[in-house]
Amino acid sequence: MNSLHVLGIFYRNIILIRRSVPKLFALFGFITVELFLWGFITLWVQTLAPGDAGYDFILLILSAFIFWSMFELSQRSFSVSFLEEVWSRNVINLFASPVKMSELVLGFVLVGVAQNLLAFFYITPLAYLLYALNIWNLGLYIIPFFMNVLVFGWVLGMVTIGLVVRFGPSADILAFFIPFLLLPFSAVFYPISIFPPLLQKFTFVLPTRHMFEGMRTAIIEGVIPLDSVFWASTLNLICALLGFLFFYWMLRLARIKGYLSRLVQD
Amino acid sequence: MTAILRVRNLTKLYNNFTAVNGISFEIREGEVVSLLGPNGAGKTTTIQMLLTLIAPTKGDIEIFGKNLEDHREELLSITNFTAPYSLLPYNLTPKEGLTVFSLLYGVRDYKEKVKFLLDEFDLAGLVNKKIGQLSSGEQMRLGIAKAFVNNPKLLLLDEPTASADPSIARELRAKILRLMQESGGAVLWTSHNMREIETVSDRIIFLSRGQIVADDTPQNLKKRFGQEDLEEIFITIAREPLSKSL
Repeated sequence: MNSLHVLGIFYRNIILIRRSVPKLFALFGFITVELFLWGFITLWVQTLAPGDAGYDFILLILSAFIFWSMFELSQRSFSVSFLEEVWSRNVINLFASPVKMSELVLGFVLVGVAQNLLAFFYITPLAYLLYALNIWNLGLYIIPFFMNVLVFGWVLGMVTIGLVVRFGPSADILAFFIPFLLLPFSAVFYPISIFPPLLQKFTFVLPTRHMFEGMRTAIIEGVIPLDSVFWASTLNLICALLGFLFFYWMLRLARIKGYLSRLVQD
Repeated sequence: MTAILRVRNLTKLYNNFTAVNGISFEIREGEVVSLLGPNGAGKTTTIQMLLTLIAPTKGDIEIFGKNLEDHREELLSITNFTAPYSLLPYNLTPKEGLTVFSLLYGVRDYKEKVKFLLDEFDLAGLVNKKIGQLSSGEQMRLGIAKAFVNNPKLLLLDEPTASADPSIARELRAKILRLMQESGGAVLWTSHNMREIETVSDRIIFLSRGQIVADDTPQNLKKRFGQEDLEEIFITIAREPLSKSL
């Protein structure tokens, strides 16, 4: 592993984020607007609930929103780091350089970590100021939860990049809606008991389902749900391995079929 | 002289189409070899196989005696290239672009290297402009500067002066040759500018329909084809059936 290679990938992306207003808006703006939206919905839901419901809807719904946003951001930042190379027709230069695939992935991961930390430490005080949401009420569960959210975002980022390499630049739209496909089945804003029994079985394989189910248990019961942490982490590791293999396979296929050149021609 | 690049029986098939058909050649230390051929002859496919962007169907590529597939990172760190289809990121400045590529090529003293290249290729006055705002000639100069970030031992140039006016092109050719002479490396050069090819080449490899149809010095090629002009040789080779050239 050559640290200069990783630094090169990181530096290239950080420069862009630092001086691009649209990119800064994508990092801080969307999440702010969404916080308002979900905050008002939650306040309204709170007024509809019977007084003895006993649930802290602010904590339940807004925590879910914040961590789902972190997941989306993790996937998007990873994917967009690669798409920047496609959009600027720099893919050939990148793949003709001595950078290893693992260094490329690590560089994108570091870009993702930087963006996620910035967004997290921006949105959590804002949510506290606006809605008195104290995300730290999740206790120690916040650590495995945050880690799992980031890792699964990177996994989907690798899948997204693999699909862009395979199907060409027009597949870049996937970077922005793949997480949305998982949203209804990840039990982010409602418990899995809402799902029909068959869907409950199918969704078991989704790490996000266990992460968010675990979040609710941590909030409602005040304990760290070890089974959720176990399943989320185990499934995440399996997905990470499969995601990396998929990414590797797509790049290998691209070299055999000549798809990399197509990424600068389409 | 040591062989820097050795290509043996290199073949690339896409389903039923043969893009490159069993080509073999060597480039030795200090040599400038031009790869010529009509559009679709397999030049770019060959260069992209040398850069590991395309996997060969058959054959071997060795750089300094080491197999490219087995020593990819090591060998790409002493190789570089520039091509008009591969631009540097339009949203970076030239200084940032060169810094990024110096890091990607593992150059430890990248700050000094970037400063040297900006001065050497007359890019120092453009440091505050984004690459996308540069003229095509300036972008081309930057692409060539990028190709020198790692002092390559093997330099692959795909139409390096295509966007330059004759005066700048001459200056750039001289610069490329001087820098490569200093590093003792070798160059594989493609261009459709026959005067340029004649000026820079120690040897010329002609490709037609994926096969090498001639590999000789410019003088010997002129004798063999009975032509004084490389362009006429090019046209003759491009038009004639493979069996005749071989």
